[in-house]
Amino acid sequence: MKSIVRRKLPMTWALLISLLLVVTLSTAAYTAAAPKKPAIESEVTLATTTSTQDSGLLDVMIPAFEKKFKNKVKVKVVAVGTGQAIQLGKDSNADVLLVHARKSEDEFVAQGYGIKACDVMYNQFLLVGPKDDPAKAAAAKNAVEAFTKIAEAKAKFVSRGDDSGTHKKEKSIWDKSTIKPQGSWYISAGQGMGETLRMAEEMGAYTLVDEATFLTNKTNQVILFKGDKDLINPYGMIQVKSTRKKVAANELIWFFISPQGQKMIGDFGKNKFGKSIFVPDFKWRK
Amino acid sequence: METLYSSMLSIVKLILSGDKALYEIILLSLKVSIAATTIGMLLGIPFGTLMGMYRFPGRQVVVIIIYTLMGLPPVLAGVIIYLLLSAKGPLGELQLLFTPTAMVTAQVLLVTPIITGLTMVAVRGKEKLYLETAVSMGASRLQAAWLVIREAKAGIMAAIVTAFGRAIAEVGAVMLVGGNIEHVTRVMTTSIILETRKGNFDLALSLGLVLLAISFMINGFLVAGVLKYLQRGEQY
Repeated sequence: MKSIVRRKLPMTWALLISLLLVVTLSTAAYTAAAPKKPAIESEVTLATTTSTQDSGLLDVMIPAFEKKFKNKVKVKVVAVGTGQAIQLGKDSNADVLLVHARKSEDEFVAQGYGIKACDVMYNQFLLVGPKDDPAKAAAAKNAVEAFTKIAEAKAKFVSRGDDSGTHKKEKSIWDKSTIKPQGSWYISAGQGMGETLRMAEEMGAYTLVDEATFLTNKTNQVILFKGDKDLINPYGMIQVKSTRKKVAANELIWFFISPQGQKMIGDFGKNKFGKSIFVPDFKWRK
Repeated sequence: METLYSSMLSIVKLILSGDKALYEIILLSLKVSIAATTIGMLLGIPFGTLMGMYRFPGRQVVVIIIYTLMGLPPVLAGVIIYLLLSAKGPLGELQLLFTPTAMVTAQVLLVTPIITGLTMVAVRGKEKLYLETAVSMGASRLQAAWLVIREAKAGIMAAIVTAFGRAIAEVGAVMLVGGNIEHVTRVMTTSIILETRKGNFDLALSLGLVLLAISFMINGFLVAGVLKYLQRGEQY
């Protein structure tokens, strides 16, 4: 017994000493490194599309982010069309983008304007229209067929016509149908989603709308077609390379893709609409 | 700076290219604004003249209302006309929403108070001087009113120019009741907003400068017209 204790004692000491060393060294290293880690900037500008703003998602996400940093950072949200959001990024007038137009996003990164591009979440587009559905679009098997039926019936269709993510999605479906939409039935509104939806309702016309805007607007339009893979609406987040708010921009993206942020996105809307509006699907882009 | 320079270039290109869409937009802008200003004149000049010439109980309240309406927010005018013309609104049967007529209606609501108010001020300045003389010389009330209007024409012309400027530069109301529909209700101001939203800042700026140039020309015609008229007046 005695011999074992004697033999063990130096080892315990050695362990203790090494532990102490590790602690002191790492603390020293930490305190030495800490001043080098820059503090978060006092504000950061997020350029996003009207759909994320109008849905109310940002009213939940942004305060939670600011609270995480003890309100030392303020997020300024600029909600505009996707085209304008991307231009804001190119001109260094925004620090982070949260948009939904994959092709333009990829170009933005490829041209060297953006870094840390990732998928954040998606929601879906709905084809909505008047209850009586004059073009019988509800009977279509897929989105392309539904669009074709509308064009063949020359039933009124209101297009965003503003180069937004939603407009680009609509154009891609027309392209697949090989129909070139034109004529008095095809109305190019050149306005935001809420306005376009309202115009479609007034005119008894069809339109393509993102689910978030549809759920958050009062409208008598009914959903006629949904669930096609062509109608998936993916949102991406990109840090503007030339940003002067590097820390805050980085933290904001990390907040949206963190398990906490992704859960908040998935839970959003459950209370108000009985279902979630956005599906979190974080993935870095290659 | 770069944007400004490139938009200068693109203006020249735009105008020279004879782009059909551009001329369509410019023409509609002019049509809507001229129609609204004309209707505003027909309503505002007689009403403003009466307000300037006569005293009656409660006149001050009416004056305050006119002055308030001169600053009517365009979007509010738009919402009012929108609700009137909406499919479920009282005038929904007419199916005028998202037509140029709806845009003219909203602008009439905006420019009539301006013409009324400024005419009233112009007439009041001349009324004291000319009304008594005219009446003492045996002019009827209508003749006297006509004389006062003629004497106040510089002020009234300023009212018309101001009203036209308001109409052609206005965006909130025409966006709302017109809908900015391509080939139907798209005007210069709503195109500028659309191009800005798309991120085409230089095209937006070019359109804005074209709008300014048109306003300059129209005001040039108006002012030249006034000068000519004044000179002719002196010869009489």
